Amino acid sequence: MKFFYHIGRYVLLMKKAIGWPDEKRMFWRNVGKEIVAVGYDSVGIVSIISFFMGGVMALQLAINMENPVLPQYLVGLGTRDAIILEFSSLVIALILAGKVGSSIASEIGTMRITQQIDALDIMGINSANYLILPKIIAGAITFPVICCLSIILGIGGGWVVGDVTGMVPSNQFILGLQFMFQPFYITFTNIKMVFFGILITSISSYYGYNAKGGSLQVGQASTQAVVVSSIVVLIFDLSLTTML
Amino acid sequence: MIEVQNVSKSFKDVQILKHLSTVFEEGKVNCIIGRSGSGKTVLMKSIVGLHEIDEGRILFHGRNYTEMNDKQRKEIRKEIGMVFQSGALFDSETLEDNVMFPLRMFSGMSEEECRERANFCLKRVEVVNKNNLYPSEISGGMQKRVAIARAIALNPKYLLCDEPNSGLDPMTSIVIDNLIHGIVQEYNITAIVNTHDMNSVMEIADKIVFIYKGEKWWEGNKDDIWHTDNQELNDFIFASSLTKKIKQTLK
Ligand SMILES: Nc1ncnc2c1ncn2[C@@H]1O[C@H](COP(=O)(O)OP(=O)(O)OP(=O)(O)O)[C@@H](O)[C@H]1O
Ligand SMILES: [Mg+2]
Repeated sequence: MKFFYHIGRYVLLMKKAIGWPDEKRMFWRNVGKEIVAVGYDSVGIVSIISFFMGGVMALQLAINMENPVLPQYLVGLGTRDAIILEFSSLVIALILAGKVGSSIASEIGTMRITQQIDALDIMGINSANYLILPKIIAGAITFPVICCLSIILGIGGGWVVGDVTGMVPSNQFILGLQFMFQPFYITFTNIKMVFFGILITSISSYYGYNAKGGSLQVGQASTQAVVVSSIVVLIFDLSLTTML
Repeated sequence: MIEVQNVSKSFKDVQILKHLSTVFEEGKVNCIIGRSGSGKTVLMKSIVGLHEIDEGRILFHGRNYTEMNDKQRKEIRKEIGMVFQSGALFDSETLEDNVMFPLRMFSGMSEEECRERANFCLKRVEVVNKNNLYPSEISGGMQKRVAIARAIALNPKYLLCDEPNSGLDPMTSIVIDNLIHGIVQEYNITAIVNTHDMNSVMEIADKIVFIYKGEKWWEGNKDDIWHTDNQELNDFIFASSLTKKIKQTLK
């Protein structure tokens, strides 16, 4: 029951949020700000995690495939496909759900309880449109970019770690990277990222926008935002992958 | 002129406003007084439509606000300046950006003109050389004044202030009171001020509405209020020993 209640209110909020903004100049200024907050500020954590995960993934594959029958270039191939298809989209999206989701929910939630949203409404501004739409647009734009960055760093991590530890020779790794490469995977993963970007920013905005009470409730709203957007991302990932 | 006609409002099963009717006149400071929890803030939020009322109607210069849709309400909201009990400044923006905000959204003025107007308003409330500070970096009284500057930036027809001087020292209170009074007379604004501070009522009120447990208990001007025999109103205004002494001297 509660589930349908939230879905209904979420849809209503999105209906209010999506539409032509009142004032274009302020709108694009806000989109710019959000691109920095959602995208640029996440570059550090995404880079570190991607590089190390790529390295670990290559090592694990190399250890598990220590077998004279299996060619070593398979490590490069395995690392590449795992990173492109799931790691750089799903895992990074889950990390961003934590980082971006909680910050959006607590920002909007604080604005709600300190009546800044009421102040916007009183001025005759569509507060949902003003606050939420720039975040959704920023999410849709920056998530794929972050994903591409993560792919490059992840594969780079695998290559460097494999080479440095001597477990996968550089030329074998690169051979694996090129072997049976399907460019469509990149397109597919980026489409997924656009969806994830929209879902995470909008769901977190929903929880922040409907926060009530005090700082405790803002904290709860932001936890809920992270939990729910992570679950929704997982469900979407599963259904999009079955469609592949 | 804002007319409130037979307005009721409940939250869950608790009725907060009970069949309240009154008229807030143009070019005057209309004070709503009452004890904490009597429903002043709820009334003010109901007037501007932040709470939907259960019964009755609100008219802004004869225009029935209660029956308007969102789009029509928007036009009226652009004529309203509101100062919240908490100030409600945008905490991620500088003071100057806060005041420029409604101007950028609605005035159609260039960036330079917006800035000029914002600086004029900030000067009007005596906040100068603080343009690039953030709300958290200034005192509470200053936040209230910046909130007033933001509310008057677009030359509103209606100015609503929810406890503009709660938590301020008497001197700063008087500065804010005079500011509101001055603006109202200068631009012929309809102002509603919520307060439980009798000093400021005596300073600026042209009309006083006393709310008791969600009902309009008494209304009149500041001359009548000293001579009322309304028990609850007397208890309210003569709560302190200072005011009791004044009353005795008057007698
Ligand atoms: N959103 C709400 N939901 C439920 N009850 C509310 C809500 N807002 C206010 N109330 C109740 O309405 C009553 C009146 O509150 P209101 O804020 O109007 O008081 P007030 O007269 O402004 O008091 P103060 O002088 O302390 O600001 C209170 O008992 C409060 O509990
Ligand atoms: Mg109040």
